[in-house]
Amino acid sequence: MSWVAGSVVFWLLAWALNARLASTGWSRSRVGRLVVPAVFGLTILVLWEGVVRGLGVSPVILPPPSMIAGKIAGSLDVLWADVVQTVFKGALPGFLIGCGAAVATAIAIDRSPFLQRGLLPIGNFVAALPIVGLAPILVMWFGFDWQSKAAVVVVMVFFPVLVNMVAGLQASERMQADLMATWGASYWQTLLKLRLPAAMPFLFNGLKIASTLALIGAIVAEFFGSPIYGMGFRISTEVGRLGLDMVWATIAVAALAGSALYGLITLIERWVTFWHPSQRI
Amino acid sequence: MNRALPILTVLAGIIVVWYAASVWMNSTWVFDQAERAGTTVTWAEVIPQTMAQDRPLLPPPHQVASVLWDGIAGQAITSKRSLVYHAFVTFKGTLMGFALGIVVGVGLAMAIVRFRVMDMSVMPWAIISQTIPIVALAPMILVVANQLGVQGRDVPKAIIAAYLSFFPVLVSMIKGLRSPDQMQLDLLRTYGASEAAMFVKLRLPASMPYFFASLKVAIAASLIGTIVGELPTGAIEGLGARMLIGSQFGEPLIMWAALFAAAILAGLLIVAVGVVERFARARMGVPS
Repeated sequence: MSWVAGSVVFWLLAWALNARLASTGWSRSRVGRLVVPAVFGLTILVLWEGVVRGLGVSPVILPPPSMIAGKIAGSLDVLWADVVQTVFKGALPGFLIGCGAAVATAIAIDRSPFLQRGLLPIGNFVAALPIVGLAPILVMWFGFDWQSKAAVVVVMVFFPVLVNMVAGLQASERMQADLMATWGASYWQTLLKLRLPAAMPFLFNGLKIASTLALIGAIVAEFFGSPIYGMGFRISTEVGRLGLDMVWATIAVAALAGSALYGLITLIERWVTFWHPSQRI
Repeated sequence: MNRALPILTVLAGIIVVWYAASVWMNSTWVFDQAERAGTTVTWAEVIPQTMAQDRPLLPPPHQVASVLWDGIAGQAITSKRSLVYHAFVTFKGTLMGFALGIVVGVGLAMAIVRFRVMDMSVMPWAIISQTIPIVALAPMILVVANQLGVQGRDVPKAIIAAYLSFFPVLVSMIKGLRSPDQMQLDLLRTYGASEAAMFVKLRLPASMPYFFASLKVAIAASLIGTIVGELPTGAIEGLGARMLIGSQFGEPLIMWAALFAAAILAGLLIVAVGVVERFARARMGVPS
């Protein structure tokens, strides 16, 4: 019981600390904005560890964080092979091809309002569909290796990025377009110097959505057949063997990979769209 | 008419490309068969044969439509072969997850707007939670729920669906609850309104347009979550399970029919939410 009581006490203390921190001016600084959520995350881990140990929860239901951390440290090579297979071979190429194709399509239909009016509603609709359902079909077409995973990712990321990019290309204002016209700018000059930069905030919105979808697509596709490594394969086999510590280790790695991809896109966004109001802090 | 024509043109284009692709992809099988039989076939003979295979690589649109129609109208609704039955199972899961997602999203948003400490400590984790691929969690949620003695798949499916659908609601509600400007807040303060009254009479009504805007995203996310929850560990009911069964038994037509049934379900759900939204906006006097 002392485990449970100890962790609850820790929780209350940490909460009091956070409440105090949040009401001071210091919490508005850059460090404060990192420390408060970090304390919260740490509290969750301590509470989890304490409750699991204190109540004697079977590791088959919920392993404690220390056990998961041990598993991660003990099987780095396996986890790394999974990451290479799922993220670097499946998700990333698919993400790049899908987003590239979407941007190219958006620019290609840019000159035809007719095609835009036709494609946009369909794109919006398809973006809301459960495209993951295509995963078994694409696995059947492209085989079990990473090609099929990349194909699923391509289809999943294409429509959200397309819809955002088309909206972005329409985002520049009439006045700005008129100014370019008075300077005698050609269509391509206007596109390169005004409309593409103006579309960037929208594009990055789409890319952020797509980064999450990319990992989901790559992992789901592995449920339908994969070589004997990959995160989706690891999760589905280890769940079958009730090796939940390994499942949680893979989830932790997946969370890390997802956050890293998202963070990377945010960094690039900050660098590309430094002029946008949302980036001025 | 002005809006329908471009859409119909694009749809027609998609169908033409689809037919061409299915002839191209399915012809391999026909040529293989002919080679095995020691005969040669001309394209005029190949094309009809690509239109009605039992296990086509890419079934042509009319074949998918006929299987879909058979699944929807050709079976008794209670039959395990009926797509209506499976769609209803998925629909139930989607609604449960949707409801749970709304409750969690609105609750968290209220706490975050009210308490600064919640904003600072929970919000970053809510964002991180969406970068975690939920499908990684799905099989485990199923197993754990089973270990805890929860019968059936409804609860785990709802949890997965809620995990995906709470986030759009949370983000929009925070925006909405913070949308009243300082003048309006000051006015209520001069009336001596309590924190609770201010919440009920100003913040909550002001957030409604944001709330309804997020529902369409949330219901689509909820459907995706439900289907993902049905995919991994041998579910037998629901559209996701139909896709899995089609994949395991090598029956592409079942997969395609389930996929299109899911698309139709998604369309119906989005339209339904749109109708509710329009009704609510009309009742609140928001000009549309």
